[in-house]
Amino acid sequence: MIVSMFGVLFDGLAYGMLLFLLSVGLSVTLGMMNFVNLAHCTFGMIGGYVTVTLMNSMGWPFLATLPAAFLVAAAASVVFERTMFRRLYRSTDLDQCLLTIGLVFVSVASAAWLYGTIQQPVNLPSYLRGSYNVMGVTIGVYRLFLIGMSIVITVALVGALEYTRFGAQVRAAVDNQRMARGLGINVDGAFAVTFALGSGLAGLGGALAIDIVGLDPSFALAYLVYVLIVVSVGGLGSIAGSLVAAIVLGISDMAGKYYFPEIGSFLIYLVMLSLLMWRPVGLFGKR
Amino acid sequence: MASVAPAISGPHQYLQAQTRWSRVEIAFWLATLLPFVVAPNYLVLASQVAITALFALSLDLILGYAGIVSLGHAAFFGFGAYTAGIISKYGWGEPLSGLLISGIAAGLLGYLMSFVIARFRHLALIMITLGFGFLLLEAANSASWLTGGADGLQGVRMWPLLGIFKFDLWGVTSYWYSLIVLFLLFLVSRRLIHSPFGLSLRGIRENIVRMRAIGAESRAHLQKVYTISAAMAGIAGAVLTQTTETVSLGVLDFQRSADLLVMLILGGAGRLYGGIVGAILYMVARDQFSGINPQYWYFPIGVLLIAVVLFLPNGILGGLAKITASERLQKWMRTLPPWLRGAS
Amino acid sequence: MTTPVLSTRGLQKSFGSLVVASDIAIALPQGVRYALIGPNGAGKTTLINLMTGMLRADAGQILLGDDDITALGPEARVRRGLVRTFQINSLFPDLNALEAVTLAICEREGVSRTWWRPLSAYSGAVDEAYGILKSLMLAEVCYRHTRELAYGQQRLLEIAIALATRPKVLLLDEPAAGVPREESAELFAAVTNLSRDITVLFIEHDMDFVFRFASRIIVMVGGRILLEGTPEQISADPRVREVYLGGAHHG
Repeated sequence: MIVSMFGVLFDGLAYGMLLFLLSVGLSVTLGMMNFVNLAHCTFGMIGGYVTVTLMNSMGWPFLATLPAAFLVAAAASVVFERTMFRRLYRSTDLDQCLLTIGLVFVSVASAAWLYGTIQQPVNLPSYLRGSYNVMGVTIGVYRLFLIGMSIVITVALVGALEYTRFGAQVRAAVDNQRMARGLGINVDGAFAVTFALGSGLAGLGGALAIDIVGLDPSFALAYLVYVLIVVSVGGLGSIAGSLVAAIVLGISDMAGKYYFPEIGSFLIYLVMLSLLMWRPVGLFGKR
Repeated sequence: MASVAPAISGPHQYLQAQTRWSRVEIAFWLATLLPFVVAPNYLVLASQVAITALFALSLDLILGYAGIVSLGHAAFFGFGAYTAGIISKYGWGEPLSGLLISGIAAGLLGYLMSFVIARFRHLALIMITLGFGFLLLEAANSASWLTGGADGLQGVRMWPLLGIFKFDLWGVTSYWYSLIVLFLLFLVSRRLIHSPFGLSLRGIRENIVRMRAIGAESRAHLQKVYTISAAMAGIAGAVLTQTTETVSLGVLDFQRSADLLVMLILGGAGRLYGGIVGAILYMVARDQFSGINPQYWYFPIGVLLIAVVLFLPNGILGGLAKITASERLQKWMRTLPPWLRGAS
Repeated sequence: MTTPVLSTRGLQKSFGSLVVASDIAIALPQGVRYALIGPNGAGKTTLINLMTGMLRADAGQILLGDDDITALGPEARVRRGLVRTFQINSLFPDLNALEAVTLAICEREGVSRTWWRPLSAYSGAVDEAYGILKSLMLAEVCYRHTRELAYGQQRLLEIAIALATRPKVLLLDEPAAGVPREESAELFAAVTNLSRDITVLFIEHDMDFVFRFASRIIVMVGGRILLEGTPEQISADPRVREVYLGGAHHG
């Protein structure tokens, strides 16, 4: 029982880290612009398909595809942002929801057309496969790699946000957009860069997720709910909030499915609703 | 007062003209009888369209008129559908009372939810409606002893309508049953929209801050319309159960809520006929292209959604209204004989 | 003199370390036309927000007649007759002027709860709305959507909606902001000609209008009331000259 608990904790942590990568970008951009981007997981899906394509069709090594997944997702997000999203920053949340759901639909259908509806295979290199056995607990190498990578990214993100000029501008814009504009900060520019960065991270998350949760065209819709839970429970614009919410969600989802397979997902939604009613701005949100 | 448009002689006449039935409306409802004559093989589809139109109308009340975003309206549709199915399965197959009970049950659920809905806005509201939808879906999935879970609810048997009309395979009874329910609830909605309450709902949609500044009871209004809308959605779900004699988890699916949103937006939110027109177009197109992979189906739908948001903010009916209001068309219309022009 | 219609005692409000209202005590008698003046950032709009309940005061009391309304929410204050308009148009863009004013009347009368009778059945409310619009020169455009109205007409509609709630006290936040001067004069004339049952307090920057239309003036500086008096007293006061010409308190 104890052993299985540690196993669930470890797997849940890895899963939570994945959710964090997928959602942190949305949290920051939502905090800045209040733009409800339901198409965020589309960028995750793009990253996933980039990795699959590069590996299976062009024979790239797995690790080399990761930066590509990041870059392509970021580039795609810039295109969408410039051509569509920016026209709706001052629209109602309904319009924002509709446009981005439309985008999700298009991306799901396109992925189905290009790649079929099957789960995409990914062949991890041998040094990322297998597992250790530490006192009876199975520690998967790939999950360990995932956690390590997420920690590096989190540290880099927090560092960039806390200690760089650009980070200070982003924080100011999240805190109070109008005041930031008044101070002469180029909020639109900072937003565009943050948006690309966040989407790139989602792309990276999508690529890393293939071995854990699989990849098929429904990815953009299926993980949207999880990402939205992380963002709304963690609080808009809060990296720490997203991290905590993602880990808690990852572990409770794993534990729920392991110990209460009948009502696991039910409990997740129940906890989320209760949390939101208790604190509508999320655990770490200010507004 | 010479500059007032000649058609309107005063505020009372103006308001009465708003509620008058136009010829287009009457023609529309007469046309809903056409399937009996023209397409007797499509009555099953026609009753599905009527049910969906009713569901869309219920969403229009809260989203189109009061401006509350809901991504989980299928919760009430599904709740009504399961209620109708379960009471029939356990021995009470009388359709009309079953319909009433299901509507009341969904309305009660909506009333409870309305306390939450009226408190939140923006992202929290989107999340809560979305989460509530998923919660109910998972609950129905888990409680398979009651709902049949993923296998669907089996053993729903409806008694003949009014003790006379059996629900037949061709959908004759189904269609006129769902059409009558749709029409009656349309009348209720039409009444509601033109009432002082309906005006207040539009006020909430347009500017909820200003509503506070005129001392409006916005929260009570929102709760009331949410309850009414939930009951209507529940009735739509119940009609679906009764005419198909089965319930599957699909009635609670997020996809159903999203499709509904698409129909309403395509047709034109905040217009009585927006949801109905949207439902007809969507369901008929869906039927025509039912051969293609459902995943591909969402490509044109997605493109349409994007196009509507960017280029046609008030949906198809909004676009049509704009065209008919244009000067040139008005001029051309005046050259037509009066019986062709229609009212309004 | 009788009990003032609206009064405040020791009203306090700060945002963090920024004090926006400090020990505000005012008393408005019935029927008087007050102007509230002061440099930018003096806390004029904040005071209106505090009095109408859009902001919660940190300390102090607000009384409407003899009733303490400090604990009431904005809606409840409106129903008791304390009503405001907004500096930036805050209207219902997709309703026409007749609908917007009728809406306010229906809310006042509590008939907005009924959903089974058509609006046209409430002919009293409709007549009253039309009457208000007519008195503010809006009758001819009352079937047009609010967003299609000219800017000055929208400012008048702001006031029309407020009047429809039957206020005892009407707080107007820069009612003529953005309106050309000639139209502003008409607008202020309409305001001062309102029934003497209504006490009016308006924020205005143009001193010509202030001295032409106000019967008393309150001067605010830095979240405090500097002084209160008749236009003659205010124009003669050296401190007011210093505030407006010296620039010591600007910001």
